[in-house]
Amino acid sequence: MWAFIQKHSSPKYFYRLAGRLIPWFGWIFLAFLIAGLYYGLFVAPPDYQQKDSYRIMFIHVPAAWMSMFIYMVIAVAGAIGLVWRIKLADVIAASSAPIGASFTFLALATGSLWGKPMWGAWWVWDARLTSELILLFLYLGIIALNSAIEDKRTASRASAVLALVGVVNIPIIHYSVEWWNTLHQGPTVTKLSAPSIDISMLIPLLLMAIAFQFYYATVVLMRARCEVLDRERNSSWVQDLVSDFRTK
Amino acid sequence: MVSDFSAFYIFLKRDLTLAYRHRSELANPLLFFVIVISLFPLGISPESKVLQGIAPGVIWVAALLAAMLSLDSLFRSDFEDGSLEQMALSPRSLSLLVLAKVLAHWLVTGLPLILLAPFLGVLLFLPENAMWTLIATLALGTPILSLVGAIGVALTVGLRRGGVLLSLLVLPLYIPVLIFAAGAVNEAARGFSVAGQLYFLGALLSLSLTLSPFATAAAVRISLS
Repeated sequence: MWAFIQKHSSPKYFYRLAGRLIPWFGWIFLAFLIAGLYYGLFVAPPDYQQKDSYRIMFIHVPAAWMSMFIYMVIAVAGAIGLVWRIKLADVIAASSAPIGASFTFLALATGSLWGKPMWGAWWVWDARLTSELILLFLYLGIIALNSAIEDKRTASRASAVLALVGVVNIPIIHYSVEWWNTLHQGPTVTKLSAPSIDISMLIPLLLMAIAFQFYYATVVLMRARCEVLDRERNSSWVQDLVSDFRTK
Repeated sequence: MVSDFSAFYIFLKRDLTLAYRHRSELANPLLFFVIVISLFPLGISPESKVLQGIAPGVIWVAALLAAMLSLDSLFRSDFEDGSLEQMALSPRSLSLLVLAKVLAHWLVTGLPLILLAPFLGVLLFLPENAMWTLIATLALGTPILSLVGAIGVALTVGLRRGGVLLSLLVLPLYIPVLIFAAGAVNEAARGFSVAGQLYFLGALLSLSLTLSPFATAAAVRISLS
C-alpha cells in the first residue's frame, strides 16, 4: 500500500499521469456542461414564483458547493502534507486555493445577481452570504500566506496549518452567522428527508454539479503540473524534459 | 530538571518582566483602542441615541483591532534574538511554553482593555445594565483573540512584512467572537438574558485554550524551519 502511494505520488509519475488524465476530464466536463446547460435552460420548467430568473441557480448552487468542497480538499491535502510529508499533497493544496477562491467569488457574484430581482438588493447581510464571504476571506488568507513565504515547502506547511485552523472554524463561523441573521432559503437538496426541489430542476442541478467537479479536476491537474515543474525544476527528470523540448 | 509547571511559570514571569521593562510599548494598543472609539462619535453623530445603538459593536471591533495590533510583538523579539529556537529545542513541550507566552501577552494587553472598556462604554452612552455584560464578554473573548491570533503570529513571524498579512489571516477567524460578544452586549442593553451567548463564548474559549497551543507550536516550528 505504502509503496503504491509512494510510486503514484512521485512528482515525475504524477506529471505524466496528470497529462494523460487532463483531456479525459476536460471532455467529460464539456459533455456534462452541455447536458446540464441544455436541461437547465430549455428543459426545466420556469419556477412558479421566480419565473426564469431562478435558472442562475444551476451555476450558483454548484459553485457554492465547490467552494466548500475545495476548501475541504485543501485541508485534507494540507493534513496529508503535514503528517506524511507527501510533496504531491502540498502541490494539490497550493494549486487548489485560487480555484476555490474563484468558485467562492462566482457563488457570491451569481448570488448577488440573483438577489437583485428576488430580494430587491445586490447584497444582504444574510447568514449564508456572510459565511460565503468569510470563506472567501479564508481562501484569500491562504493564497496570501502561500505567496508571502518564499520557500515553497515552508509556504505549503504554513498554509496547511492555516487551512486546518480554518476547517475547525468554518462550522463555528457558519452557525454563529446563522444565529446572527438569516434571510436565505434553507437547504433544499441536502436535507435528510426527500429533497423539496422538483426532479426536473434537480437533474440539471446535479449535471452541473458533476460538470463543475470535472472542471475542477481538469484545472487543478493543469495547475498542479505547472506547480510540479516549478518545484522540481532542479531535478534531473525536469531538466531532461526541458532539453527534450528544446531539441524538438 | 524543572517540571512542566515550573517551566510554564518561569516563562510567564520572564515575559511579564520583559513587558514591564518596555512599559511605554504596552500603552500603545490601549491608546489605539481609545482613539478609534473616540473617532466614532466624530464620524457618525454625537447623539446619545445613535451612539447607544452602535456602542457594543464599536467597542468590540476596536478591541478586536487593538488585540490584533498588539499581537505582532508576541514572538517577534524572541524570533529575532533566537530564544524562540531555544524554546523549540528545549525538552519541555513547546505548546506549554507558547501557552505561557500567550497568557503573559493577554495579561499585559487583554486585561487593561477590560479595565478600560467600561469608561469607553460611558463615553458611548452604553446603558448601565449592559456594562457587566460588556466586561464579561471581554473577559471571555479577549483570551480567545490572543490564543487564535497567536497561531497567525507564529505563521507570519518569519516574514519581514507580516503585519498586514496577519490581519488578513486572523480577522476572519475572529468573527464568531465578535458576533456573540457584540450580540450579547446588545441584548443586555435591551434587557434580555445573555446566558446563551456567554455560554457560547465560554465554549469557544475552552476550545481555543485546548487546541490553539498545539497549532501555534506547529506553526512556530514551521516558521523556524
